[in-house]
Amino acid sequence: MRKVLGFALLAVLTATPTWAQNINAAGATFPYPIYSKWFDEYHKAHPSVQINYQSIGSGGGIRQLLDKTVDFGASDGPMADEQLQQAGFKILHFPTVLGGAVPSYNIPGVSAELKFTPEALAAIFLGKASKWNDPAISGPNPGVKLPAEDIVVVHRSDGSGTTYIWTDYLSKVSEEWRTKVGKNTSVNWPVGLGGKGNEGVAGLIKQTPYSIGYVELIYAVQNNLPYGSLKNASGEFVKASLASVSAAAAGAAKSMPDDFRVSITDPPGKEAYPISSFTWLLIPGQIQDAGKRSAIKDFLAWMLTSGQQFCEPLAYAKLPKEVAAKEQKAVALIQ
Amino acid sequence: MATAPTTAEAAGFPWGPRALIRRVRSGDELARLTTLVFALVVVLLAVMLVEQLWTNSAEARHRFGLAFLWSSTWDPVFNQFGALPFVYGTLVTSALGLLIAVPLGLGAAIFLAELAPRSLSDNLTFLIDLLAAVPSVIYGLLGVFILVPLMRTEIQPALKRALGFTVLFQGPLYGIGSLTAGLVLAVMIVPFIISVSREVLLAVPGDQREAALALGATRWEATWKAVVPYARTGIMGSIFLALARALGETMAVTMVIGNNPRISASLFAPGYSIAAVLANEFSEATGNLYLSALIELGLVLFLLTFVLNGLARLLILLTTSRGSVVQT
Amino acid sequence: MNLRMLWRKSVNVLMLSLTGLCALVAISLLFFILGYLAYHGGKDVNWDFFTKLPKPVGETGGGMANAIVGSGKLLLLAALFGVPVGLLGGMYLAEFGGRAVPFVVRYTADLLNGVPSIVIGIFAYAVVVMPVHHFSSLAGGFALGVMMIPIVLRSTEEFLHAVPRSMREGAMALGASKWRTISSVVLPAASRGILTAALLALARVAGETAPLLFTAFGNRFWSPGWSQPIASLPVMIFTYAVGPYEDWHRQAWAAGLVLLGLVLVTNIVVRTLLSRGTSPPRS
Repeated sequence: MRKVLGFALLAVLTATPTWAQNINAAGATFPYPIYSKWFDEYHKAHPSVQINYQSIGSGGGIRQLLDKTVDFGASDGPMADEQLQQAGFKILHFPTVLGGAVPSYNIPGVSAELKFTPEALAAIFLGKASKWNDPAISGPNPGVKLPAEDIVVVHRSDGSGTTYIWTDYLSKVSEEWRTKVGKNTSVNWPVGLGGKGNEGVAGLIKQTPYSIGYVELIYAVQNNLPYGSLKNASGEFVKASLASVSAAAAGAAKSMPDDFRVSITDPPGKEAYPISSFTWLLIPGQIQDAGKRSAIKDFLAWMLTSGQQFCEPLAYAKLPKEVAAKEQKAVALIQ
Repeated sequence: MATAPTTAEAAGFPWGPRALIRRVRSGDELARLTTLVFALVVVLLAVMLVEQLWTNSAEARHRFGLAFLWSSTWDPVFNQFGALPFVYGTLVTSALGLLIAVPLGLGAAIFLAELAPRSLSDNLTFLIDLLAAVPSVIYGLLGVFILVPLMRTEIQPALKRALGFTVLFQGPLYGIGSLTAGLVLAVMIVPFIISVSREVLLAVPGDQREAALALGATRWEATWKAVVPYARTGIMGSIFLALARALGETMAVTMVIGNNPRISASLFAPGYSIAAVLANEFSEATGNLYLSALIELGLVLFLLTFVLNGLARLLILLTTSRGSVVQT
Repeated sequence: MNLRMLWRKSVNVLMLSLTGLCALVAISLLFFILGYLAYHGGKDVNWDFFTKLPKPVGETGGGMANAIVGSGKLLLLAALFGVPVGLLGGMYLAEFGGRAVPFVVRYTADLLNGVPSIVIGIFAYAVVVMPVHHFSSLAGGFALGVMMIPIVLRSTEEFLHAVPRSMREGAMALGASKWRTISSVVLPAASRGILTAALLALARVAGETAPLLFTAFGNRFWSPGWSQPIASLPVMIFTYAVGPYEDWHRQAWAAGLVLLGLVLVTNIVVRTLLSRGTSPPRS
């Protein structure tokens, strides 16, 4: 029944001419600022190619790719083995940039930059630290006068790679988090308000006094939201920046697996920012439409070379050279 | 309501072989069949809709059974899905909406039907109908930027001071939350209550009112004790209709409810409604069971509104037809 | 006794003024909404807004030209699907139906009218997007069309019923067939009513967001043809309103004003025309 209707509609739509190569993609909001910049710049350089990217969240990117409603997806969490098996077709991961998820907050009257220990962060997101002046938070911040106000936790309401990175990190540093909540693109949050997309979370933090949430670095920067530094595995408090995120990837860059699926949260290294991650484009291993295939391959090659210059103004760290070179070879594998 | 001459016999067509031939020749039969096909498309669409919701939710229905309705965990990591927080959030926000909208709407309807001169009443009703036409996303926009800050800085602190001893008004003041969603819903459904209740009140025969006035009742007493009880069933109908709308309302609620699948007694706490979780998670559910659970939520919502709509229409029909019977 | 009368009189005055207050509150809501949108959105409804594409996220400027055209295309598709089905179906109910079939059709139409818009979106995703593996204008138009059908159907039926019986009998007496009578006498007499009903239905679905989220999806560029994802005003307002960027908020207000303006103007014009017509049926 639905086939008939579908075909009837298909018949109508095939009759209409398309004058450009239209490619549709969807997924992560974490790299959305850089992706929308890239697709805009690429369109200017190649007017016949139009890549429409909708930032619906990493979960959405994976889902829509599996349903084949988009030409490629994007995610900040690598796809799980069983998801890849379920797909029924080959899916390749291409890291594009590096970013960091930052604990961003809005505390009226506090302008100092807060320091967070992993324990404090886990306690806040588990709902165990419910006031800003909780000793777990104020301990590492002597001299900052934290108010006795309720903490408003803000998290994602959609399937999100930023959530994946955040919960991946919390699972590594907190046993209680790992067993109670776990890591995924969406989890069963113990506390908090849900916002849609990194945009929505940043919007909620900005509008809600005494709130804390996690967003990709650029969303905090672009919206002038304060964000704290984190105690990394070597015991140093590190703030997210191009350098500290790059430092987090240094180890992984040398031992990058062939499928590029790697987690770099809580890495070793004194300068490394602990909640850093690659973000990936999810490209089907085989693309039927020759025009789309060549356009996508050409875009990937452009992104790995000239595209990288747009990263730093938007606070994303460039791909390590070795990784970019390794990806160039993988691009050739798309058929 | 205009009662029209129905169908073929009224139009004067005899049945029989010769008549049939005439009808085919004149294109009547063709026209009948063509329009019939289009009428059946409506039925087909409804059947397909139910079929889609039913088959696509099969996995979740088999896995969780009826326990889906009262299980309160919504955990995509461990593949545990229960509808309770969403059903709860939907019902609480809708109930709040009604609590505010019913007195307001009924009051306005009484004014428009009983007190205002007819021309003024018609003009004001025109404005009320315009209010009903304001898109949901606009209410969301105003909700996010006006109501939420106002709730956080003014209304919620005041409520907490006055009623903070009850469980309903405790906890952090987010601005966003069930109470805010209920308020937005109230504004959205008020026009429906007003225009349907006004119709129903206008259908009450005049002698009801006159009899009460003749017995020495004041204007208000005549309205409240004679007219309103007479229209009771129809007013209930308008309330059910408004409720059905509130339950299915999506965008405005999504933008102010807080999107957290947790049941809390406090109205300040964030919640989640069925429609909101569908808007947020439907296109992004990674697992098949997850997706199927979402579609089952859609099915639950569909059934809820279906039952309420049916009930509402029945009640309205009962009063308006009784009204017109007495009149003639 | 006098005291009791006084009490009753004061209750009377109090309650009656309260009902007036209720009406005043309800009416002022409309003016508040209009005024606030005009105040906040007015200054940003400019040439750029109507002619430019959205900028990459985080950059200021740009407009919503693609979303405005997108909404237009979606409404065109919705009308192409919803109006014929509703019109001809309604014609069947009013002119040809027996007992059982019209009862079932009316009942399902009312049922369909009450289905939450987000559920219509899921339905359209399942029957249009999934089989062809494409978010598209067509899928969005289909979803909106489904929402229009019950409204157009029921109002067509009512307006046809309202055509005076004498007009039919006149045509019949001149020897016209039933179909001739309907097409050349009854339908023209009811046409204005039906047209306004269709326009009202269109104005209603123009503001719908939920059914478009996973059918029309979204598009930062122009959407050529009919098989591509497409931007629409309501979805843009939603995305921009929940986002963190000041510039997005600014544009969301402007878009809200434009959308509300279009919907209200359509409503006002259509309803004014309708009330001047020959005794429209009340539903």
